[in-house]
Amino acid sequence: MKKEQMKDHNSLQTSEPHGMPRRDFFKILGGGIFIFIRPWGALDLIGLPAEQARGVPKDYNAFLHIAEDGTVTCYTGKIEMGQGIITSLPQMMADELNVPYERIKMVMGDTDICPWDQGTWGSQSTRNFGQIMRTATAEARGVLLELASTQLGVPVSQLEVKDGIITDTKDSKKTVSYAQLTKGKRIEKFLDVKPSMEDFSKFKSIGKSYNRTDSTLKVTGEAKFTGDMKLPGMVFARILRPPSHAARMTSVDYSGAEKIAGTKVVKEGDLVAVINENRDRADEAIVKIKAEYSFNEVPVNDKTIYDFMLKADSNAKALRSTGDIDAGQKLCDKTFESEFHDPYLAHMAIETHTALARLEGDKMTVWASTQSPFGLREGIMRELGMPADKVRVITPFVGGGFGGKGEFQQGIEAAKLAKLTGKPVMLMWTRDEEFVYDTFHPAGVVKIKSGIDKAGLIKLWDYNVYYSGTRGADAIYDIPNTKFTHYSEKSGGTPVHQFGTGAWRAPNNNTNTFAREVQIDIMATAAGIDPLEFRRKNLKDEHILDCLKAVSDKFGYVAGKAPSGRGIGIACGSDAGAWVAHMAEVKVDKSTGKVTVVRIACAQDMGLCVNPEGATIQMEGCITMGLGYTLTEEVLFEGGKILTHSIDTYTIPHFSWLPKIETVILDRKNQPPQGGGEPAIIAIGAVIANAIFDATGARLYRMPMTPERVLEALKKV
Amino acid sequence: MEETIKFQLNGKKTEALIDPAQTLLWVLRNHFGLTGTKFGCGMGFCGACTVLIDNEPVRSCQLSVGDAAGKNIVTVEGLAVDGKLHPIQKAFVEHDALQCGFCTPGMIMNAAGLLIKNPSPSVQQIKEGMENNLCRCGAHMRIIEAVQTASKEMKGGK
Repeated sequence: MKKEQMKDHNSLQTSEPHGMPRRDFFKILGGGIFIFIRPWGALDLIGLPAEQARGVPKDYNAFLHIAEDGTVTCYTGKIEMGQGIITSLPQMMADELNVPYERIKMVMGDTDICPWDQGTWGSQSTRNFGQIMRTATAEARGVLLELASTQLGVPVSQLEVKDGIITDTKDSKKTVSYAQLTKGKRIEKFLDVKPSMEDFSKFKSIGKSYNRTDSTLKVTGEAKFTGDMKLPGMVFARILRPPSHAARMTSVDYSGAEKIAGTKVVKEGDLVAVINENRDRADEAIVKIKAEYSFNEVPVNDKTIYDFMLKADSNAKALRSTGDIDAGQKLCDKTFESEFHDPYLAHMAIETHTALARLEGDKMTVWASTQSPFGLREGIMRELGMPADKVRVITPFVGGGFGGKGEFQQGIEAAKLAKLTGKPVMLMWTRDEEFVYDTFHPAGVVKIKSGIDKAGLIKLWDYNVYYSGTRGADAIYDIPNTKFTHYSEKSGGTPVHQFGTGAWRAPNNNTNTFAREVQIDIMATAAGIDPLEFRRKNLKDEHILDCLKAVSDKFGYVAGKAPSGRGIGIACGSDAGAWVAHMAEVKVDKSTGKVTVVRIACAQDMGLCVNPEGATIQMEGCITMGLGYTLTEEVLFEGGKILTHSIDTYTIPHFSWLPKIETVILDRKNQPPQGGGEPAIIAIGAVIANAIFDATGARLYRMPMTPERVLEALKKV
Repeated sequence: MEETIKFQLNGKKTEALIDPAQTLLWVLRNHFGLTGTKFGCGMGFCGACTVLIDNEPVRSCQLSVGDAAGKNIVTVEGLAVDGKLHPIQKAFVEHDALQCGFCTPGMIMNAAGLLIKNPSPSVQQIKEGMENNLCRCGAHMRIIEAVQTASKEMKGGK
C-alpha cells in the first residue's frame, strides 16, 4: 500500500488505509496550511444527524486548499471513471483562481475530506458541480484580493492576478502571491456580495484541449483501482448466490467448502460467503457449498415482457400536453401508429463491482468502485447501524460505470463481511455476479400515434412510454397537439421488472429517442419529403437546427427521399441539457441480415465546452458504445433467472465493428456548460434504424437490430 | 502441494514457492503485486488480463502458474525501461487511447504481441489482432491510431 499519493493532480488520492485523525489530515497536505480552509470531513459532522451532512456545502473552503508552496488542491465528491473530469475540473478551477492549470491537483471521491456529492451521473460534473465549484472559487479569489488589498495598501480595483500572483497595476513592484498571503494564517473570511464567475473572454484554460492527465498512470499499470489495493491480513471473499432472483434458499451444506485449505465460511442471515487469503482457494471453496432453493417465478421472459408490460395494471401518469389531441387528429391528412420495443441491457464495465472493507476499532473504511461514495456511506450507515463519522468511503480510479456503479451492493457486502470476520475483506464480483446483480437498463415499450397534414407538418403526437422512463421523451419538434403518458409500476401491484433496473448511460433517452426519431422518419417517407428537410420543416429549436446543419455539412449530406438505397440515416435529440444530431451510413447484407455501419457523424451543442479533447473522446465513446445496444446487446431471462451472464452470450462492440467516426462540437463559449458524457449515445439506435430503412425499405421497431430481426423486417418490404 | 516455480518475470529471473495449479493472473497480482494485469471476466473473453509469454499475448486468467514455468513473462509493468515509456505506452498517452483505463494494460500487452509478430500491420490487421480485447468506454478508434503510431516509431528505432 503506497502512502498518500498527492504529488500531482495526475494522482487520484489513494490514502493510507486508516481512519484519519485531524492531525494526519494536515500532515497529508504536505505542510500546507488551511487558510480559509477547514477540512470538510466527518470530523466536522460529529453530532450532526446524517440529513444535515447531506447537501452541497456553501463554504468555498470545502472545494479548495492553497498550500504554502502555492499548490492548489481541488476537492470533489465526484469520481473518475473514464469520463475525464480529472482533467477538466482543474481547467475550471485554474481560470477562476487565475493560477496555472499544472498547479492544481485533484482529490476525488473521499467522503472524509471531499464535499458531499449526490453521485457521479447524469452528466452533472461539469454543468452542475463545475459551476458550483467555479462560484466557490470566485469567492476565494475575491477574498484573496481583499487580503492583498490590505497588505499592499492598494484598492482591490487596482489589483490584478496572474498565475496566483497579485500585482498593483500602477506599481508592478507591489506584488504578493496567494501562497504568501495565506502562509501561517487561518482566516475565515467571506464576502457578502459574491463575485461572479470569470467571463469567457478571460479564459486561459477553459476551452483549450488537454490530453488526459491520468493516462501515464493507466498505461504503466500504476493507476490503482479498488481491486489493486492490498492491506495486511486481507482476505478474498466469495458470496454464495442463488440461481435466480426469485429463488429462496431452503437448505445449505457448507462442509465441502470448509475442507478447502484456509477457508472460513461466514454466514449471517441471507449472506453466505467464504473467505480465504488466496483468491483461487476462495473460488474453489464457494462452488463446494451445496444449497437447495425454492422458486417463485413470475411466468415472463425476454420475449413476453412487452405484452406483459402492456397488460399490467400500470400507474398511468399524464406528463404534459399541448393543444387538443382530437382537434389535432382532424387536421391530419395521414396518421401513423407504431409500437417500439427495447430490451434490458447490462452495463458491462470491464471492472466488476469491487470493494475492500476494513473495520479498525469502530471505524469502517471502504474502498469501492462506485459512482456514489456518499451513497455507499449512507448505505453502510443504514445497513450496519453506524454513524456518519465512523464510515469512510474512498474511491480509487473506477474502471467504467455507465450508471451501473451508481448502485453499491458490493460495498455493503464487503463492509458486512469485514465486520463479521474482523479482517480486511476484498470482494471483487465475478463476471457472472456482475450480470446477475447489475441494475439493468429497463426494458420498455413506446407507443406513438402521430399525424401530418397535406403540407407535411406534424399536427398530432400522442406518446406513451411503458416502464422504461421518461428522460428524452420530449417531442423536441414544433407540434401543436401533443399528449404524453408514462406507465409505471403501481405501488403494491405486481412487479413488472423481475430484477434490479437502473440508470444506463443517458437513462431512458436511448429508448425514447429511438422511438421518436424512427416515427419522424416514417412520417417523412409518407410525406415524400427528404428526412432532413422534414425535420427542418417541423423544428423550431435553434440548437437542434444548428446541430443538423453542422452534421450534414460534416457528413456531406445530399438530399434524397428514403428509401434511397444509399443506406443513410438521420436522427437528433437532446440530453443532459445538450443537443445532438447524427448521420450514419450502413450496408445491409440482404441475404444474412447483417448490418455494417460504415460511418457515423455527430454534431453536439453542449454549451461551453471546457475541454474539447475530452468532450470529443466522450462523443466517440458514446457512438462506439451505442453500436452495442443498437445491434447486439440484450439480456435474456426467464422469470428471475438471467440467461446471458457471460461475455460470450452478451456481445458488446468489438474492433471490427468500428465505423469511421466524425465529431463536431459547436462553439458556444458564451453559454453555460451542459452535459457531455451521454448525449451522443442517445440517437445511435434511431440513426442506424433509419439508415437500414434507407438502404432496404425495411423498418425496424425493435432493438437490438440483430440479423434475424433485420431479415424478418425485410420480409415485410 | 507447493513447488518452487522459476520463470523470467519482466526481465528478471524469478522464483516462487507456490501451488502450480494457481491461476497465473492471481499469482501475478496477489503474490508479486503486479496489479496492472486486470481481472475482467476470468473466462478468457475480455483480454484485460493479457500478458506476454515468450512474446505471445496470453490470457493470464486461463493459465496456471505451473504452465508458465521456465517461460518469459512480461506484464505491463515490465514494458517501460528506466522510466521511459515503451512506444506503445507513449502512443496510448499521445492519442488519449483510453478512458477508464481498466482494459488498457491488456490492450497494450496484446498490441505488443501483435507488433512483435507483425511490425507493420494494416488497419485491418490491427482490428483483427485486437478484436477480442474488449473496451466498454469506446476508445477503439484511438487505440487503432495508437498502435499505428507505435508501429511507426518502433520500426524507426531499428
